[in-house]
Amino acid sequence: MTTVPESTETPAAVRPEVEERDICLEHVHKRYGDQVVIGDLSLVIEQGRFYALLGPSGCGKTTTLRMIGGFELPTSGTVSLAGHDVTQLPPHKREVNTVFQSYALFPHLTVEKNVAFGLERKKVDKHETKRRVAEMLETVQLSHLAKRKPGQLSGGQAQRVALARALVNKPRALLLDEPLGALDLRLRRQLQDQLKQIQQDIGITFVHVTHDQEEAMSMADTIAVMNGGAIEQAGSAEDLYERPETSFVANFLGTSNLIDVTPESTPVDQEFSRGTTVDREPVRYLTHRADGYSGPIRVGVRPEKVRLYATDQSPPDGDNVLHGKVVQSTFLGVTLQYLVRTPGGLELNVIEPNLVGNSAGTFGAGQDVRVAWDARQTFVVEGEATGA
Amino acid sequence: MATALPTEPADVVAPAPAAGPRRDREQGRTRKWLLGVWSTLAILFLVAPILFMIVFSFNDNQGRFNFEWKGFTLKHWAHPFADPDLAKALENSLLIAVLATAVATMMGTLLAVALVRHRFRGRGAADFFVFLPMASPEVVMGASLLAMFLVLGIGTGFGTILVAHIMFSISYVVVTVKSRLEGMDPHVEEASRDLGAGEVSTFFRVTLPMIAPGVAAAAVLAFALSIDDYIVTSFNAGQTQTFPLFIFGATRQGVPPQVNVLSTMLLLLVLGLMVVNVLVQRALARRDFKRREA
Repeated sequence: MTTVPESTETPAAVRPEVEERDICLEHVHKRYGDQVVIGDLSLVIEQGRFYALLGPSGCGKTTTLRMIGGFELPTSGTVSLAGHDVTQLPPHKREVNTVFQSYALFPHLTVEKNVAFGLERKKVDKHETKRRVAEMLETVQLSHLAKRKPGQLSGGQAQRVALARALVNKPRALLLDEPLGALDLRLRRQLQDQLKQIQQDIGITFVHVTHDQEEAMSMADTIAVMNGGAIEQAGSAEDLYERPETSFVANFLGTSNLIDVTPESTPVDQEFSRGTTVDREPVRYLTHRADGYSGPIRVGVRPEKVRLYATDQSPPDGDNVLHGKVVQSTFLGVTLQYLVRTPGGLELNVIEPNLVGNSAGTFGAGQDVRVAWDARQTFVVEGEATGA
Repeated sequence: MATALPTEPADVVAPAPAAGPRRDREQGRTRKWLLGVWSTLAILFLVAPILFMIVFSFNDNQGRFNFEWKGFTLKHWAHPFADPDLAKALENSLLIAVLATAVATMMGTLLAVALVRHRFRGRGAADFFVFLPMASPEVVMGASLLAMFLVLGIGTGFGTILVAHIMFSISYVVVTVKSRLEGMDPHVEEASRDLGAGEVSTFFRVTLPMIAPGVAAAAVLAFALSIDDYIVTSFNAGQTQTFPLFIFGATRQGVPPQVNVLSTMLLLLVLGLMVVNVLVQRALARRDFKRREA
């Protein structure tokens, strides 16, 4: 962010900085009786972002969305939209619109009337309403169904009506609560592309709640992984996948091999530090990735970054190398998957591309192997104090 | 019998393989026939009094009683309101039923919305108290209402009947509307608020249209309950006559045939309302079915 000179002559130069923070939650808590649903959650969503709240069911992602929409009031903390505190405002006074998981279309109104509902409430001029409704139905390719009732629509069509009904109001941000959850896989992928396209075309902020990591990764600019009512880590899909900061993130987005190590106090060189595994084998990792961890740490590596070598083969220099025995070997066509166990009981998953094309090049169960990966691909997460 | 038992099963079992299927079929036919007769009798038993009532509305009766068939006439149908007391009683009943239905439906619907959509202190208790009038015997309800009116120094009459009818109808309205509301996706109302409609606007534009069939059914029920109530009414009527009170009183001195005529009319009215209700529900069910199909 560029610093603005104190004596700026253009207040406009300051404004964008404020408006960039489209949605802002500060120290939000939500309790139902004794049950803590959200515990101290803060997040900032910038203007025009496609922001995904990703997490397993019960992690508080929908509650967070509902607090932005005004359907739930936080027990404490503030919710601001475009710099204004809206914590206590009811949903109809907030400049955001929601697409519900169940679509929640009005069954007694036609598609057209459903889409016009918001504009009519805002007392938008009749002609203007008509024009905008027609335009929006065009955008979602449903003009031919304008006179239908929601009962006569398919799931995908109903979903698009719900989207049109929300977007026609030109909200500051669109909130989507698992909008594709009820659709079959093929339709879901298709609508994901459409959603992403629409978001790019109109350029407003989308906040998308989902439990589907692939959906989040394919659509969102920023993904916030939630667990137990808190955000574990927020960042781009690449950040989260390549540099997860918690064990939960490491295993919720894809799978990871997590290895508890005892860090050595002095770095190996300018770049790397080293820790030792339960087998007393060294594992190197980039020193800066362990910044901020004082206690025990875990290092991790993605299964597809790991390669297997026979005992008489030598891995490239600079790789982390562990020794173990193949426990299980599975042929999956595109890939070969191995489960390797070290003498100390560490279990490592390895996914190798199927390059060889015959079983001669593969490793069978019981075979001694070396497991190796580029030390730069090692990420570091906080270890569990209990050691479990 | 007890001694014969051991041998009997053997006798039955032996010819069974050959005669079995045919006997089964015969038995089935007999059973079906018996079932038909039995059902016809049951239905006759149910409708016989009503048939008598209708038939005797055409009886050319002599004297005060209308229990003996004297010949066909339409004169009672030509002058159904010949007895001024009877006409007044029916007018009272209809007026009370309409007013009680309107008030009870309104109050009951709002109460149902409150109970289903809002969490508040005392909600459980409110739920229970709504159920209470349905569970308590009418005699108890009538007597306690009378006691209350006496203590409060309210003279019994048209007003107290109306209050009593509203009171016991509300429970049925609440129960009927509640079941409809509980089957409704609460997100639809949230969507309405999300799109800029306030609480009131949401109720009239979204909630009410969606629960309308339930509200209509509740209104029919309230009307039917009010128009034929005798027990609660008799406690709280004072000098006011309603249709059921009049008939009950009249049977002791001779029933004018107009009672049959008006009862038949009333029956037709209620039947008509029920048919309309069923037709509406069916149309809605078809709409729901189509939606599920799509």
